[in-house]
Amino acid sequence: MLISKSLRTAALAAAIAFGAALPVHADEQFFPLQSYRVGPYAAGGTGFFGGFIDYLNLINIRDGGVNGVKLTWEEGETQYEVERGLEVYERLKNHPGVAAWNPLSVGIAYAMIDRITKDKVPLITINHGRTDSTDGRVFPYVFPLLLNPYSETSGIVNYIASREGGADKLKGKKIVVLYHGSPYGKETIPIYKLLADKYGFSLEQIEVPHPGNEQQSQWLSIRRAKPDYVVLRGWGVMNPVALKTAQKVGFPIDHIIGNVWSNSEEDVIPAGEAAKGYVAITTQASGAEFPVLQEIIKTVYGAGKGNLDDKKRIGSVYHNLGIVNGILNVEAIRIAQQKFGKRTLTGDEVRWGFEHLQLDPTRVQALGAKGLFHSINVTWDNHEGDGRVTFQQWDGTKWKAVSDWIAPDWAFLRPIIEKSAAAYAAEHNIKVRTSDDTALSQ
Amino acid sequence: MTTLARSAVSRGITPGRVGLVAMLIAAYGLVPFVGSDYVLDALLTPFLALALAALGLNLLTGYAGLVSLGSSAFLAVGAYAAFNCNVRLQELPLLASIVAAGLVAAAVGIVFGLPSLRLRGFYLAVSTLAAQFFVQWALTKFGWFSNNNPSGVIDAPALTLSGLTFSSAVGRYVVSLTVVVVATLLAARLLRSQVGRNFIALRDHEIAAKVIGVPLLRTKLLAFGVSSFLIGIAGVLWAFAYLRTVEPAGFNLDRSFEILFIIIIGGPASIRGAFLGAAFMVVLPLLLSRLGAALLGDVFDSGVLEMSQRIVIGALIAGILIAEPRGLISLVDRLADRIRHRLSRPLRNPTQP
Repeated sequence: MLISKSLRTAALAAAIAFGAALPVHADEQFFPLQSYRVGPYAAGGTGFFGGFIDYLNLINIRDGGVNGVKLTWEEGETQYEVERGLEVYERLKNHPGVAAWNPLSVGIAYAMIDRITKDKVPLITINHGRTDSTDGRVFPYVFPLLLNPYSETSGIVNYIASREGGADKLKGKKIVVLYHGSPYGKETIPIYKLLADKYGFSLEQIEVPHPGNEQQSQWLSIRRAKPDYVVLRGWGVMNPVALKTAQKVGFPIDHIIGNVWSNSEEDVIPAGEAAKGYVAITTQASGAEFPVLQEIIKTVYGAGKGNLDDKKRIGSVYHNLGIVNGILNVEAIRIAQQKFGKRTLTGDEVRWGFEHLQLDPTRVQALGAKGLFHSINVTWDNHEGDGRVTFQQWDGTKWKAVSDWIAPDWAFLRPIIEKSAAAYAAEHNIKVRTSDDTALSQ
Repeated sequence: MTTLARSAVSRGITPGRVGLVAMLIAAYGLVPFVGSDYVLDALLTPFLALALAALGLNLLTGYAGLVSLGSSAFLAVGAYAAFNCNVRLQELPLLASIVAAGLVAAAVGIVFGLPSLRLRGFYLAVSTLAAQFFVQWALTKFGWFSNNNPSGVIDAPALTLSGLTFSSAVGRYVVSLTVVVVATLLAARLLRSQVGRNFIALRDHEIAAKVIGVPLLRTKLLAFGVSSFLIGIAGVLWAFAYLRTVEPAGFNLDRSFEILFIIIIGGPASIRGAFLGAAFMVVLPLLLSRLGAALLGDVFDSGVLEMSQRIVIGALIAGILIAEPRGLISLVDRLADRIRHRLSRPLRNPTQP
């Protein structure tokens, strides 16, 4: 008993000592990274955080930071687990100069919403997250940048409409949504129903239990249903298995449309020949031909500071998503610096920067990212920022763009999002913001 | 002092009680004041919740000899039951929600304990996997459990006890500590009663237990019920005090294994073992990973460090179990005995041959 006590005391003392040993720096902006480089989702984690770090490195090496403010970061391994993510959050939240959190995990993001709101530090959930956090009036610190799950759904339906020759041609068509049996997979069930009612297509939504390495029965029901399109809302191993099984039951591969978490090289390469012709949505093009990628290869990888071990993954879907995420974070800081001064900003000041993150195609081109992503237009009440989507087709070796930049039907989605956000506000006694007030910074 | 110690009927009880009281004083009087948010929120609160869960499983596996792999399911049942009590019966105070969650978990535990009447050992362990898969499936499948939240993720309410809101790290820690202390004292009391002795009789020799009149059916189901009750309460702490948001995927088979490992490493059939094991499994990996990052963070990326930390922990577990198959607690007791022996030898030698 006594010894177990002294053991625990020693453990406590060690933890306190570690927690207190934080360096103090002037003019640095810190990114706490809840990354995952081991575990089942390591492919996404290494690519995304690799791209993010590569871009931060580029800014440090090429520009000496953002207006002289150096960018720093520290990684904590989460293995995509909520518990580990929260541990890293508690560990790094008191580091001076935290700019924003970028967990790339729906579960961790959900668990952080009330914590970061209390701390007044932005939480960035690019291409994923809680749909209604788009409503900045209720979620001042949460930013599902570029694409929330509802916009993604609308973008996919709009793309199918354009392939059929117009929205009116959707009437009478049949779409099957094959979704991952998890909170992430289920998030879009109601919005597909709404869109089916709106456009008059018939809809069937079929669940694939996690992890999804056996889908024979689901694809047999798809064959019986004879749909015009199958939307694949998958994750991890479910995606290649779906493509292979589709080939087995003879479903045409180019009529399977992948969602934004079924769109990477890691999803198609394991499926081999079966993936040839598969189409998927994305917010950022893949490939390394964009100027910003070239500079990263030259400046960062040239200096031996590149983050990806396998250089063949430079320009892959997840790597480019990380780079786009880096651009958005850095530009938010730059915009906030114009208002608050060229120094280390508080989380709340960075939040202001994100709420004024408006990058038109000209600015995107100046950043060397023309064609990598389209544009973003975040405002105080629209935290998604009207990102455009594009569709890419796998030709067996690389992704090829097969559409223009398509706009989701934001006007149709906004009232649904506001309703859900209002319910959240009522449940949590949140005062809904009525204007772009900087009063939050007090 | 020495006469007291010597006249104590059973050696060790008095120092043990002194230690317990000292620990409680430290836990209530010292830790909340010196512990940082990180220590309280990221180390101690999950430690307390998992220690309680391990204690629950220890009643079932360590004392009654019934192996279960469904602990994580009962954690989930507790968490979701408390959430639903809170949402649907708003006038119900939190304390009542916690107890109700424990009762619901106990009921589910008894149902999944029924196979134990016919199965034993590995076969029983496999049948408790049913609980693991069924509960996770049901929570994902039926939106009612998560109040029809489209993504199935629930937000835990604030901890409010008799008008006081415990929204700080200290508050959450104190609430968890109190719940765990009360539950542990109740469990300890139960184990000293006839029921506890029946558990042990059942574990040591089922047929002999039956012959001396232990009601097998009732004892087995009671073991499942009490165990699930405690695990269910641990689930409430896990969801409400620690994570403050819950999704069914968080209660997977890995968590069940973790709880089982806690009692194997800490020491089966020991209350202190559950706490020691939980400290080993929760706190040590974090300390190791911090240490690794501080020493080698510049050389290797976090993935490599994570992997090497697992190797170190694995080696430690193997080492401990070889040195002492009855777990950390035996190791600690042996050490304490040796120290006590050495201290008391000059005094005892004249009176004890």
